[in-house]
Amino acid sequence: MIKNNLIIYLAILIFGLAAPFVFPAFKVQLSILCILIILAITWNVQGGEMGYNTFGNILFYGLGMYLCASVQVGMFFPLGEWTEGGGEKTFVHTPTQFFQGFAFGLVVAAIVPAIVAGLIGYSILGLRGHYFAICTLGLGVAAGEISGGIEIIGAGQGFTTPPFPNVDRLEARGEFFYFCSFIVLIFTFLAVKAIYSTRFKLVLNAIRDNEDKAEAMGIQTMKYKIIGWMISAFFCGLAGGIMGGLVGYIDSTDVAFDGREMGVFMVLMAILGGKGTLWGPVIGATLFHIFKEGFWTFFLGWQYVALGVLIVVIVIYFPEGIMGWLREKYPEKFGEVVDEADRKAQVTLK
Amino acid sequence: MDFLIFQVPMLTLQAVLDGLLLGILFALIAYGMALQWGVMNIINIAQGDLVILGGYIAYFMYLYGIHPAWGVIVSPIIMYFVGVIIYKLVINKVVDRDLFISILATFGISILFMQLMNFAFGADVVLANSGYGTTMLFDNSVTLPNSKIFSAFISVVFAIGLVIYMKKSKLGRAIRATAQNARAAKILGVDTEKVYAATFGINAALCGVAGALISITFTIHPYMGLPYTIRSFMIVIVAGLGNLPGVAMSGMGLGVFEEFADYILGTEFRIGSVFLLLVLILVYRRFKLSRKREYLK
Repeated sequence: MIKNNLIIYLAILIFGLAAPFVFPAFKVQLSILCILIILAITWNVQGGEMGYNTFGNILFYGLGMYLCASVQVGMFFPLGEWTEGGGEKTFVHTPTQFFQGFAFGLVVAAIVPAIVAGLIGYSILGLRGHYFAICTLGLGVAAGEISGGIEIIGAGQGFTTPPFPNVDRLEARGEFFYFCSFIVLIFTFLAVKAIYSTRFKLVLNAIRDNEDKAEAMGIQTMKYKIIGWMISAFFCGLAGGIMGGLVGYIDSTDVAFDGREMGVFMVLMAILGGKGTLWGPVIGATLFHIFKEGFWTFFLGWQYVALGVLIVVIVIYFPEGIMGWLREKYPEKFGEVVDEADRKAQVTLK
Repeated sequence: MDFLIFQVPMLTLQAVLDGLLLGILFALIAYGMALQWGVMNIINIAQGDLVILGGYIAYFMYLYGIHPAWGVIVSPIIMYFVGVIIYKLVINKVVDRDLFISILATFGISILFMQLMNFAFGADVVLANSGYGTTMLFDNSVTLPNSKIFSAFISVVFAIGLVIYMKKSKLGRAIRATAQNARAAKILGVDTEKVYAATFGINAALCGVAGALISITFTIHPYMGLPYTIRSFMIVIVAGLGNLPGVAMSGMGLGVFEEFADYILGTEFRIGSVFLLLVLILVYRRFKLSRKREYLK
């Protein structure tokens, strides 16, 4: 069993490393896929394991995006003049400056959202159920609206991130961002996998199943909830930072705090794959991305109609997701002991 | 404070009056939301999009030469059936499920409606001109468009009509019984399925009225729905379910808040301040309840 898993991991790793050279035309798509998987995994920590269904992780994603770009620019040039208009033409990053700024920007983009999550966590995580969902929805939209009014980060006209420096290889930009997102994806996956094998995950599950009882058992639920949210925010910020560099242009409501797209995508991907599993979000995000790209290409203009229908169909007919469906079908594979007679009896009882 | 609005008392009065008239409209939408939330335990994210759709009905009547004020009668009739169709297709499958499922499903409907309206009606900001003129008060220093007064009046008429309908009619009593205890109502012979459909239809019809009024008074745009949803959600949680005077009061309060936010912070922060206010209200309630070891649920 362990050997099998190792082979799967190795295969994915090799595929991931070889992909940009085997499918050079799809580099950007593959990078976006990595970002989507990261977002789905982080949403799952929050929504799947902890049971706090949030629409607000887009807040950290957008925050990371703005922070990374601002730091990358602000380290070397005045930020206000950059966003005033045409800054990317007046000031040019040398390659060293670009990579230094990007690396430092990513660090900031990861840490600051985590701190923000910690600061607002105590107030927001005290809400439960749909109040939490609506509150985080409001938080995400408010962040978008407010950042659209702040002059120094470009306000309504957007923020052009530093263009990739001129190096000899033409494909360098795509490869750089692909490997950035792929490495962060592996880092995220391994970190979350490590977290899931500790007591911490059990505590999160206890909070999901019955928070009052968990509290009665002596667990400081608030502490764990905040830590869980901070972990989510950390990786969301990282993903946002890379995505900002990849897209090259940050708009407050259409790219950064895009609650209508990215904010719903993360929820949908995690639910499609199966909430509360390690692999569910990965599978869900991959399938979703393939579906989305197909639709965005062939039915241009109708994509939001399709998205709306997809949300309704998934939520109503498929709320357990792919992993949940597999689990129902092959419980033995998930380490559940199945008594055949018992199982049949259950089915007839239904 | 060197804000202009505090230096000129007439401007303050203007903002308050504008806010009150706007708030009555919000209260009408929020009443629909409170109704379906109380009866079916569903939070409808598509509420705002139903409002906008109702607005487009009035706008199209205006385009075809009918006075848009008639939209107040036509729009709810059409929207009632739209609401019933949405119920039959989607909502009846999420009624007894987890609330988050209903939020997500209606979010899907909301995205669907937004895009369909964008296709059908275009992405322009439109308004239906009623040609009612304006009323000048206090030596022309306070201007009130007559359409705003008209819309506030119609909202009050519809709200009172609905309250009477809920009290006196057979369906109204069935709806109230289902809200109190759906199972008991079912045992006593109430067709809850029909009641749910009617409730959602009435909610959509209220949205239709509000939308028609908004298209006369303000402007509509396919993507403007979500703020209306958030506003009505906020009004309902401040007032509580089934507290009609509370809904009216908090609706008007929200209207005044918005007008002041518009003057003080600037128009670009108007929507943002609404969403932020929602977060602040929820956090405030959470801290207030946590003193008693309770939580919002």
